[in-house]
Amino acid sequence: MNHLAGIDPILALSLAYWQQSLIKVGIVAIVVPTAALILGYVFLLKMMSFMQSRLGPMEAGPYGLLQLLADGAKFIQKEDIFPDAADRRVFALAPVVVLMSTFLLYLIIPVGPDAISANFDTGIFFALAVSSLSVIGILMAGWASASKYSLLGGLRAAGQLIAYELPLVLAVVGVVIQAGTLSMQGIVHAQATGEIFGFGWLGSPYILTQMLGFVIFMIAVQAELTQPPFDMPVAESEIVGGYQVEYSGFRFLFFFMGEFGTAFAFAAIASVLFLGGWWLPGFDADSNWLNVLGPIVMFVKVMVVSFFIFWIRFTYPRFREDQLQTFAWKFLIPLALANIVLTGIFKVVL
Amino acid sequence: MATPTLPERSQLAYIASQAADSRLNVEIETEGMTLNIGPQHPATHGTLRIVAKLDGEQVIAAEPIMGYMHRGYEKLSEVRTYPQVTALVNRIDWMGSFANEVPFILAAEKLMEVEAPPRAQWIRTILFELSRIANVVLFLGDMAVQVGAITPVFYAFRDREYVLNQIEAVTGGRFHPNFDRIGGLKDDLPAGWIADTKAVLTKVDAFCDQLDTLLLGNEIFQARCRGVGVIPADVALSYGLSGANLRASGVDHDLRRDDPSGLVHDQIDWKVWTHPDGDSFARYWVRLQEVREAIKMVGQLLDGIPSGPIMAKVPRIIKVPAGEAYVATENPLGQMGYYVLSDGDLNPFRVKIRTPSFNNISICPWLLRGVYVPDIVTILGSLYFILGDIDR
Amino acid sequence: MPKPQVPGLIKGLGVTFKEMLSPNVTVQYPHEKEDPAPRARGVIALHEENCTSCMLCVRECPDWCIYIEGHKYLAPPRREGGKPRQRNKLDRFDIDYGLCMYCGICVEVCPFEALFWSPEYEYSEPRLADLLHDKTRLGDWMGTVPDFESYESGSEAKPKKVPR
Repeated sequence: MNHLAGIDPILALSLAYWQQSLIKVGIVAIVVPTAALILGYVFLLKMMSFMQSRLGPMEAGPYGLLQLLADGAKFIQKEDIFPDAADRRVFALAPVVVLMSTFLLYLIIPVGPDAISANFDTGIFFALAVSSLSVIGILMAGWASASKYSLLGGLRAAGQLIAYELPLVLAVVGVVIQAGTLSMQGIVHAQATGEIFGFGWLGSPYILTQMLGFVIFMIAVQAELTQPPFDMPVAESEIVGGYQVEYSGFRFLFFFMGEFGTAFAFAAIASVLFLGGWWLPGFDADSNWLNVLGPIVMFVKVMVVSFFIFWIRFTYPRFREDQLQTFAWKFLIPLALANIVLTGIFKVVL
Repeated sequence: MATPTLPERSQLAYIASQAADSRLNVEIETEGMTLNIGPQHPATHGTLRIVAKLDGEQVIAAEPIMGYMHRGYEKLSEVRTYPQVTALVNRIDWMGSFANEVPFILAAEKLMEVEAPPRAQWIRTILFELSRIANVVLFLGDMAVQVGAITPVFYAFRDREYVLNQIEAVTGGRFHPNFDRIGGLKDDLPAGWIADTKAVLTKVDAFCDQLDTLLLGNEIFQARCRGVGVIPADVALSYGLSGANLRASGVDHDLRRDDPSGLVHDQIDWKVWTHPDGDSFARYWVRLQEVREAIKMVGQLLDGIPSGPIMAKVPRIIKVPAGEAYVATENPLGQMGYYVLSDGDLNPFRVKIRTPSFNNISICPWLLRGVYVPDIVTILGSLYFILGDIDR
Repeated sequence: MPKPQVPGLIKGLGVTFKEMLSPNVTVQYPHEKEDPAPRARGVIALHEENCTSCMLCVRECPDWCIYIEGHKYLAPPRREGGKPRQRNKLDRFDIDYGLCMYCGICVEVCPFEALFWSPEYEYSEPRLADLLHDKTRLGDWMGTVPDFESYESGSEAKPKKVPR
């Protein structure tokens, strides 16, 4: 059977391959902005406001629900400004590259035993490869803006994002060793059917067995999203937006959507890798009920993981660039390597 | 235009060289990049411009350029009467504005040989310390934003509101009280003010404790601030630093204790805080302790206000006799002094204002060599200047 | 860079979490409004009967934002056969709130207690010229002037009365 087909079993229809692909593209195209909107509203507008002892937007729609839509409309109707000395084509393409890597990330997120856009055998490998495409986009933005602040921001971003790719990948390697497969559905199945010390009702969520890997992964995700405490590239009080400073209107909207869309995607990947994905204890891993419940379970897990990402974002000051690099190279990478060695030993011994 | 004279020519050459230095340059320069920080920038508290020569992320040289907010206070004072000057002078350091009026009024009282009654002196000291609390609480939150933590500044603004409400209840103005008069104060305290202020002080105290956990104990904040921008004590003295910047370098100097002229700091029990390190963390720490100390001082002052008149006998139209007087006080930003030269008229003949922030940022070229770009912001934040104070 | 120790970082998270659960302090203007203090300097009100056009407030204002015009007229004598009395009639008393810096010198300097502070602050206008309040409008503000509060114990001052 074509291992890319996914929708056939759910809809109980027989659709041609191009029809399935069209539906998948449509779903991803709708889900990404919606995910960005939901994360933006719940965490950026409301949770941040409550943490700062204020209410956040309340006027646009009940409890400010339509605020982000109003912001989106505002951004779209703005003038399309190019700095005089900017390289126009590269300047225009940079946000598209960043957003494209976000969209590609959603292809491999599973929300049910059969509900996945592209069921690759190397799902997680594809995700990590595609997520590093955004570095090119950021470098393009930093260089093409023809402003010294953007240049500083772009260079910082290049150094930071490349440095933190390594802990990200190494943390995932521990999970892959334990699951024995690179495929996303395979990892969920391994957690669903595994058992810890003979106790199998909870399955084997890798957050319990790979706690160190989870912490390293979350720190690396924070850095990949350029969120505080790792937001040197966009250090608002120093270089005022870094590589994003010359962008306005819908190009800035692309960066914004890219940031929150990627946050959602990484939170989803984290919940697949460490929290068991769409599986709920008590269900059989192949049950068709999970095609319906799976999205809801995934959504709840994503919200929980995002809560931690944003909680840390709003509390901590930011690292300086050299401290950031020292932290990655001298601390996180050796720790991640130690984690892999330990996992390998336990996998062989137990 | 006639041929410029020699001094004009050198002036023009200087201006041209500065302009050439600071032009935004997009070509690849391998010797270093000149970056303009300001005058519009979130990190410079106002319109301060710093021209920094960078080598990658390291600063080779940095020079502050001030004057973007010059409002001509000293020239204005020559054509305004004393009550009008008092109203204007509020706006020099707009965060703790009552403190700006105090040295000016004390200098005028010295010339007139009038002393304010004890009740007025006590309430003056209370408002002086309240303005210190309002000013420095904002600094505590603002430095957090410079370093990247966006939450403490909201708590700072929220707790500062309570203090400003108390100042408004007495004086009628939150930011510009205009309450000090030659010979005393404009009006007395409204009923219930003392109890309300005590409640507000507990809230600000709780905020200081929150900051201890949220910021001072945070390892990232410590990594950003410890060892950054170290000012040795002798350098601090030679550049004329004052206030918490001086005390954070270990110099034990506080005008409230050494020269309390007109305020009643010698009648209450309080402590001067110093720190031996002289880095940004020390400056933050000293200011936090000073806020806590100010809270205790206001608590003691509120309990001991003597009863009596609020204003001494002064004529309706104030004509200060001829003479000169210089009075300096320990303002929230540092040492602020007024030199008032009077020739017996309604207006002062000359008022020279010695503002603390002007001297505080004169150390920038010396201090900012060899630091990284993020450290510029940390250092500027920890020196804590207000643009109105620099430029007057 | 020192090895990051964990406790301080975790306690900081606790502070923001607790703040998130505590009630917030936002007052949703314009649906809810806070009451300013009675002494708050919002707008200046004019009690026309007391004003004698002495021009002290005009002279002392640092911004020269008060405009007064008046004329003298002869009032009939109080008793039969007496001299006609010279009176001041106030024609124009404008305060330009676009210039006013709310310092209060005019209110303080008035010897006849014709000017009073009121805590009203909601008088912004779309046009700059409408910020010039004339005699009638300044008289209307008198309705919003609160009574003077009593003082703290230990004070020798007596609260003044607002003429209504």
